[in-house]
Amino acid sequence: MSLTRRDIDNIAHLARLALTEAEIPVYIDSLSRIIELVGELDHAATAGVVPMSHPLPGLTQRQRADAVTESDRHELFQRNAPQAMAGLYLVPKVIE
Amino acid sequence: MHSETVTQLSASLRQRKFSATELTQSLLARVERAQPELNAFISIEAESALAAAAAADRRLAAGDAPALTGIPIAHKDLFCTEGVRTTCGSRMLANFVSPYDATVVARLRAAGSVLVGKTNMDEFAMGSSNETSYFGPVRNPWDLSCVPGGSSGGSAAAVAARLLPATTGTDTGGSIRQPAALCGVTGLKPTYGRVSRFGMVAFASSLDQAGVLARSAEDCALLLGVMAGFDTRDSTSVDAPVPDYRASLDRPLRGLRVGLLQEFFDKGLDPKVEACIRAGLEVLRGQGAQLKEVSLPSLPHSVPTYYVVAPAECSSNLARFDGVRFGHRCENPRDLKDMYERSRGEGFGAEVKRRIMTGTYVLSAGYYDAYYLKAQRVRALIAEDFKRAFTEVDVLVSPTTPTPAFAIGAKMNDPVTMYLNDIYTIGANLAGLPGISVPCGFVGALPVGMQIIGGHFTEERILNVAHRFQLETDWHKRAPEGYR
Repeated sequence: MSLTRRDIDNIAHLARLALTEAEIPVYIDSLSRIIELVGELDHAATAGVVPMSHPLPGLTQRQRADAVTESDRHELFQRNAPQAMAGLYLVPKVIE
Repeated sequence: MHSETVTQLSASLRQRKFSATELTQSLLARVERAQPELNAFISIEAESALAAAAAADRRLAAGDAPALTGIPIAHKDLFCTEGVRTTCGSRMLANFVSPYDATVVARLRAAGSVLVGKTNMDEFAMGSSNETSYFGPVRNPWDLSCVPGGSSGGSAAAVAARLLPATTGTDTGGSIRQPAALCGVTGLKPTYGRVSRFGMVAFASSLDQAGVLARSAEDCALLLGVMAGFDTRDSTSVDAPVPDYRASLDRPLRGLRVGLLQEFFDKGLDPKVEACIRAGLEVLRGQGAQLKEVSLPSLPHSVPTYYVVAPAECSSNLARFDGVRFGHRCENPRDLKDMYERSRGEGFGAEVKRRIMTGTYVLSAGYYDAYYLKAQRVRALIAEDFKRAFTEVDVLVSPTTPTPAFAIGAKMNDPVTMYLNDIYTIGANLAGLPGISVPCGFVGALPVGMQIIGGHFTEERILNVAHRFQLETDWHKRAPEGYR
């Protein structure tokens, strides 16, 4: 199966990735080949097989008590922010 | 000092043959000297390493010294390390300084190890050659024109070149075992859930597992004992006791049932690699192991299964990089959408974008059942095949990779060919099983690795087989010219 420019534009939009014009043909080609590779799965007989979402059978996700376990370290965490001020993360204006 | 294993260094430090400070200075000098040639490190932390070594010397003098006191190590630059840059090999995190330690980092620190630096890797652990790193490729110390494998390429090259006795790595589809094989070192990927993933930058959460690269199975056993164990901060961490992995290393192999994974001795396997593996199997047979051919009919589907499941989880995990709280942000965004798209477009490299887009595609409306659910069903078949095999044999043995290391640049234009490098390692990740790669020969000047896979939580068994193999062979003791 071969993907089109429209497919790549749509996927890039869904993934929130800006692609350059030069990248588009590269991804049309390589994603088409990957989709062809994974298309081999059609040959596997899987009727009645339960999808496996966790590598250790029988184990369920643990839950912890709904209690505060972290201390407030927002100043430390915000040191990695591209833009922060007065304890807030700054982003471009969302509402006019 | 650089030729000693962790086990030997630990004894030498206790016998006062040299101090932890002398050892750290000596290995730091090797790390710095090799850096222009190998590019195995993203960060070298000389100052804090020497401070940690001085502290180790005080603990040794006081007789209060846990197992790894004074042992210089490095972490793959995917483990969050407090106060140290943690880049994951990406422009996206090029300036990210972690505010906390990963559990693996904290446990190895508490055991007295000395952190020398952070090793180079494929960007976000997505690659099999270390060529996707934003910080440039790592070169294989056995042949500088070749790749070291990936994604834990810097960790493997550092151990192979005798820069450090051990390093950490992570393995999502073979990222510890494949570079271990290509660099001639021993690399262990534990059972999923055995080692905490807390503080590891996530790639594919149902596959990722932390492990160790070292020069012997004995050293892997020592380090795993420190790294493994229950952690409440990883919801998939398994609450099972951690055995003393060294206690069972010497157990004789008489009667051990070794399964040869038939599907992996196929037409894609380099005959010279196969000859090394067959010779390795004879070493096991010579110790009383019984060899038996085993077939796992669903295993040939493991590469396509992985390249649905892993990109799907990657596209979801990497959605957190939005240019808001941490990571790269583009210049002068017009609006929020422009900021997301350009920050991500600029911050991620070509392969990471390819995997995010593949994952986005297989999870998108209309394709979810056909690709994602289908792959999860095939994953169940593969896991079932392994489970059945382990009713007939104790361990499975195969080549780790179909060929030895390839030239830098040789496979970068064809992602599907690159993906096939992991054809023998991916199965263990899909089924959550432990696996180890041990050096078992050479093709020309390039090392070859033999993979031993066990059932869930049988690290003791595969370490035992690897150790007995290493008692009879000296492949793991060979060092590349120029780094002896």
